[in-house]
Amino acid sequence: MNQLAIDLGAVLAAAAPLIFATMGALLSERSGVINLSLDGTIMLGAMGGFTVALVTNSVPLGFGGAALIGAAIALILCILSLTLGQSQTAVGFVLALLGIELSSFLGAPVVRVPGPSVPFLPIPLLADLPIVGVVFFRHNLLIYLSFLLVPFIWWMLFHTRMGLTVRALGERPAAAFARGVPVTRMRYLMCILGGALVGIAGAAYSLDLRQGWSYRHTFGMGWIALAIVIFGGWRPWRVAFGCYLFAALEIVALRSQRTMAGVPTQVFQVAPFVLMILVLALVNLVSSPQALRRIASLPPTLRGPVAMLVSRLAVAAPAALGQRFERP
Amino acid sequence: MQIQDAGGQLTSRATYQLADLADYLARLVLPFLGALVLTTVVLLTVDVAPLDAYRILLFGAFSTPIRFGDMVMLASPLILCAGGLTLTFAAGLYNLGIEGQVVLGAIAAMIPLRLFPDLPPPLLWMLSFAFGAAGGMLWALLAASLRLGAGVNEIFAGLGLNFLASGIALYLILGPWRREGSASSSGTALLPRELWLPTVGSLRLAPLAPIIALVALVVVWWVLSRMRWGLEVRAVGLNGAAADRLGVPAVKRMAQAMAGCGLLAGLAGTLQVLGVFHQLIPNISSGVGLIGLLVVLLVLARPIWVLPVAVVFATFTVGSVQLPLTLGIDSSIAGVLQGALVLAALVSRGLMQRRRRA
Repeated sequence: MNQLAIDLGAVLAAAAPLIFATMGALLSERSGVINLSLDGTIMLGAMGGFTVALVTNSVPLGFGGAALIGAAIALILCILSLTLGQSQTAVGFVLALLGIELSSFLGAPVVRVPGPSVPFLPIPLLADLPIVGVVFFRHNLLIYLSFLLVPFIWWMLFHTRMGLTVRALGERPAAAFARGVPVTRMRYLMCILGGALVGIAGAAYSLDLRQGWSYRHTFGMGWIALAIVIFGGWRPWRVAFGCYLFAALEIVALRSQRTMAGVPTQVFQVAPFVLMILVLALVNLVSSPQALRRIASLPPTLRGPVAMLVSRLAVAAPAALGQRFERP
Repeated sequence: MQIQDAGGQLTSRATYQLADLADYLARLVLPFLGALVLTTVVLLTVDVAPLDAYRILLFGAFSTPIRFGDMVMLASPLILCAGGLTLTFAAGLYNLGIEGQVVLGAIAAMIPLRLFPDLPPPLLWMLSFAFGAAGGMLWALLAASLRLGAGVNEIFAGLGLNFLASGIALYLILGPWRREGSASSSGTALLPRELWLPTVGSLRLAPLAPIIALVALVVVWWVLSRMRWGLEVRAVGLNGAAADRLGVPAVKRMAQAMAGCGLLAGLAGTLQVLGVFHQLIPNISSGVGLIGLLVVLLVLARPIWVLPVAVVFATFTVGSVQLPLTLGIDSSIAGVLQGALVLAALVSRGLMQRRRRA
């Protein structure tokens, strides 16, 4: 029982960087901008955040630096795609590769240099609770913030005027524009805020979860984060669930390495992508016109629940995701 | 002669040509300038004389015959990938799954080598290339059917399949195809020497590699710019719905473009096995697919430009290998330079379009 609680706590901790990255990507994608540079941004954020923290000997400054790096990359993406009209896919992809290479080049001097990390901060009293204390309250500030970030993003997106505007930008930018929303400026804002969160995700690796910096330190995490956002259907809670699921898979992989030698851990690395593809395919297939017609011809007792299940499952991407907006 | 321009004003043809030339030059020069500025800034932050670094990046690959051979052996699969990507780019698809197609090609190329090691090498090579091409094509068609059949965006389908492909490669290396004695994630056992593609003297240069790459590139150019098929593919890329109304089978053309790209990526993977690494390693593609994507973002759907750009990119990468020893800096500056070139090209393209609209 105690071991399970410790494992659960480890899952929550391991998911923290992914929570920051996916929530950042979510903000950006909900406003209609796809930031494909995530992998490079996380990598550069990890390297830059670690270097800043090392030089200034201040962990908060490290996170600040990483957030600035993430925001700067997002700004470049916005200038090139929103202002200069280039494909978001192309720009994001180039920025991803560029970020990875820059992190390797600039990070070479700090490879495997010991540096500061986020201090452990058990919450007094609560940490001593049986089980719950171990799972939730024996972490550090960063992980507590990751717990708060998901409800905050959810509240912001679905229960504030601002969130309504953001969702309108992703679904019907022309309608938002007609109601007086400065579409491009708001997209800049959301994409940059999201980018800052992604940068923080990088620092969360180098200053906490995988302390320090080495060549391609956060390899593939950006692509995984992008996959999880899709897996979660652009809904904050589902996306968070995806993050915890992935972190749990990772922990299981670590454990099984000890107990069942021979099962390659790569199987677990691949799992989120296979899940993403399957979910995407399923969503598109069940929401196709043929499938809907078939549902409509079901006996009435079945039709209701099935239709509800399909509408729950089949979450479409924001309609204007990745598309250009021209002022009418 | 007078031509009416978009603004309704009459301009002489000479002015027009001059403007065109300036446009063309700007499109060629601006990316270089931009990339140079960005890379120089990066180099200065690590306190390296930029000129020394550029000298090695530009000429390092030509300093010895061995390095030149390495450059050709890198440029060949790169040409195959970038050439294939011009097909998908023309069809309006971002085939981000090309890395996985290279890996699957390499895996498939290993199958005949393992099954019939006693066949005469030339026959075995042919089999290997055929299997490799089929493997890459299969993986591309999987991405295509996810996109065209189930509506999964080809970018994410491709990305997912990339990771799946490298997962399969690792599984094979650690599992069924592991080395006798000790399983090692570094790769399968080396192929017997007689199965390596023949090389020039003591160099690592196998002439068959550039020959295959160039032939493939010519075929791509021919198909894309001289055949009705290519015209239809480009029509689909410009406006799929419109092309479909006009009787072009859009879905079929997209799938064919993907298949063609996968085929070439599979050949690239086969080259990596037979000509470069002589074994299956986890990182068998060594990123040629990703660099190929950078190349195609520079050249767009114009296969002729693939050759010079791929050679230049390969020159940077091979030259950069000497940087750690001579200047004490990391070799990834080559990747920075390549990425910066594409980024600067995108900026200048955007600025031009903006100016033209203004």
